Amino acid sequence: MKTKSLLAILLAGSVVMTGCNSADDAKKDDSKTKTQETTKDASSTADLQKEVDAYRDFALDQLDKFTTETEKFVAAVKDGDIDKAKEIYPTARMYYERSEPIAESFGDLDPRIDARLADLKDEGKGAEDWTGYHKIEYGLWEKNTTKGYEKVADQLLADAKELRGRVETADVTPDLMITGAVDLLNEVSTSKITGEEEIYSHTDLYDFKANVEGAEKIFTILEDKLKEKDPTLAKNLADKFKAVNDLLAKYEKDGGYVSYTKLTKDDTKALSEAVNQLGEPLSQMGVVVE
Amino acid sequence: MTKTNDDEKLLDKKITRRQMLKVTGAGAAGIAIGASGMGGILKAFGKDFLEDDDTSATNKVNFYGKHQSGIATAVQTNIYFASLNVLVKSKKELQELFQMWTPLAVQMMNGNVIGVYKNTLIPAKDTGEAKGLDARNLSITFGVGPSLFEKKELGLSSLKPKELKDLPHFPKDQLEEVYTGGDICIQACADDPQVAFHAVRNLIRAASGKVTMKWSQAGFNSFPMKNGKKQTPRNLFAFKDGTENPTTSDEKDMNKVVWVQSGDSKPWMTGGTYLVVRRIQMHLETWDRTALSEQENTFGRHRDSGAPLGKKSEFDDMEIERKDANGNYIVPEDSHVFLAKKAKARVMRRSYSYSSGVIDSTGTYDAGLVFISFQKNPEQFIKIQNSFGRLDKMNEYITHRGSGVFACFPGIKKGSYIGEALFNTL
Ligand code: HEM
Repeated sequence: MKTKSLLAILLAGSVVMTGCNSADDAKKDDSKTKTQETTKDASSTADLQKEVDAYRDFALDQLDKFTTETEKFVAAVKDGDIDKAKEIYPTARMYYERSEPIAESFGDLDPRIDARLADLKDEGKGAEDWTGYHKIEYGLWEKNTTKGYEKVADQLLADAKELRGRVETADVTPDLMITGAVDLLNEVSTSKITGEEEIYSHTDLYDFKANVEGAEKIFTILEDKLKEKDPTLAKNLADKFKAVNDLLAKYEKDGGYVSYTKLTKDDTKALSEAVNQLGEPLSQMGVVVE
Repeated sequence: MTKTNDDEKLLDKKITRRQMLKVTGAGAAGIAIGASGMGGILKAFGKDFLEDDDTSATNKVNFYGKHQSGIATAVQTNIYFASLNVLVKSKKELQELFQMWTPLAVQMMNGNVIGVYKNTLIPAKDTGEAKGLDARNLSITFGVGPSLFEKKELGLSSLKPKELKDLPHFPKDQLEEVYTGGDICIQACADDPQVAFHAVRNLIRAASGKVTMKWSQAGFNSFPMKNGKKQTPRNLFAFKDGTENPTTSDEKDMNKVVWVQSGDSKPWMTGGTYLVVRRIQMHLETWDRTALSEQENTFGRHRDSGAPLGKKSEFDDMEIERKDANGNYIVPEDSHVFLAKKAKARVMRRSYSYSSGVIDSTGTYDAGLVFISFQKNPEQFIKIQNSFGRLDKMNEYITHRGSGVFACFPGIKKGSYIGEALFNTL
């Protein structure tokens, strides 16, 4: 990089030395109009095929496991085994949350699997249109029952399988990975950290962890390429992921996480700040395509 | 911000002849300088040498100068005040933070968008909401709080001026932790709320991972115009606020009241000043049911004209000792102005009103004054506030909820950076 800057200054130097006033005018122009040129994104310039393939494999594997775990969850619900269903619920969802950039790219399936009642209400729909994990969550934790949720469970499994099938056709690109990583963290900042994702089970920290892992996976896949472009950024990201993970580890309990309701305001603030401090450099990861 | 980005900024930047001459020191010599020489020059000037006050920019306040902007600068209509805590773990990192902020502050005070962007997979460096607006007289003032010097890992304890300490508890203080203290303050003032907010937002964003926000407060002022001249703004009690203040153009007076003189404090503070901020709730509901005469007795001035009680115009001499036929003070002894004068201390006030919604527990306005004063020693503020004590008639209508003291660095010389004196003293 050093050579580049020297070159830059020399080039600039020679131009102004011969250019007399023109450079001054150019500057005036610059500050008056505040022009900023946006050139087309450069996603095609760097070869990231290997990375894209790796990410597709990861997502497929996650959604394979999601289907298997959902199968178990659905079986427990249909057996009326409330404890077992409650046990599987948070961990099964983690596979979905990790691969959300891809899972969510099917606009019709995501709401069927993952909608909260509040999301439906925003769209003018009601409880009768509600399906998926959160509906069963409501039954399990609010009503302490599985009765009447059998059909929802069947539908959930069918949707999970359909999702798995359709992922084969998903158009995985570097853009999707780069924006996906930031989106995962945004999810954490806007709903997980506020406890608005799992309002009955309060298992938000599982989703939190899974979202972070999903983003971290994308980073690890791109890490070598990123090191070539911007080693400082790569190092900073590794540090910031570690900071978030270390903080989350404080809330581990019995192989899982404590209930969101156990978090104090100071806890959520610390988590939220750590996520924001990770998100800002993460948003710079797009330099890998340059 | 990484090295790479900075270097690339150089690549993209149009360099003017003037700037180039400044760097190389002489015209044609520039061409002759080899790569290594150029590198040395680049280093010597720091990578920020390209940012300078753009004197052709409209509504522009200068960044560089003997003192920081936003102190003697004519009061603007809006403020966004932010108090930050630092996460950095060494003096060097702290220094780098202020170095990194310097060119951003200059660019924003020039009314320019910061950074260039090419890659649409990366968010733009500038958050963008000030685009198309000119500089709007933006000023940015940086200060450091007592808590910064208590962070052992920063190794600044020997540089802490003895004047810089948390204010004592005053009678009737109801300070809330969420509006109190902070390691660093940024005071952004502009004749536009969005420009002021944008400045703080972009500085904080660029410092991601290095600072956290502790508290912030937006505020506003409105200036009636008379014969094309700005008049004293009114606070939310409808009284003109800022009448009795040092004249900022009177350098002698400013040196007496505001600017730290050599020998007054730690050497790095020479040319700087101390900022006191108080977030003071004003109980508008009770005020609004108080008789006008009582309101005027509270301050010792007439509401509409701003004149001292019994006088005609705002700037008439107060003559605080005036008595009526019965031998009573015309300006009541428990009035705000009487007690302020009694303290025999002066400060430069630069306050803004705020209104931040409704207080949940009472259903009343959360509104009041972001009181800000500058003085060469916080003791000046303390004297006045102690003189108010329990006596000030105004106490009935206000509650102090937030507080901060910050040492504001002296002005920044071209080629230097914010707070350099603090980092270069041993
Ligand atoms: C909500 C709180 C406050 C309100 C509404 C308020 C309002 C006023 C008003 C209306 C005046 C008269 C006009 C003028 O000279 O500007 C004044 C004067 C003054 N105030 Fe305040 N003030 C507040 C808090 C404070 C505080 C905390 C201090 C602490 C230092 C202070 C110090 C002064 C001084 C020094 C004067 C000038 C007195 C003179 O020499 O005439 N004020 N204030």
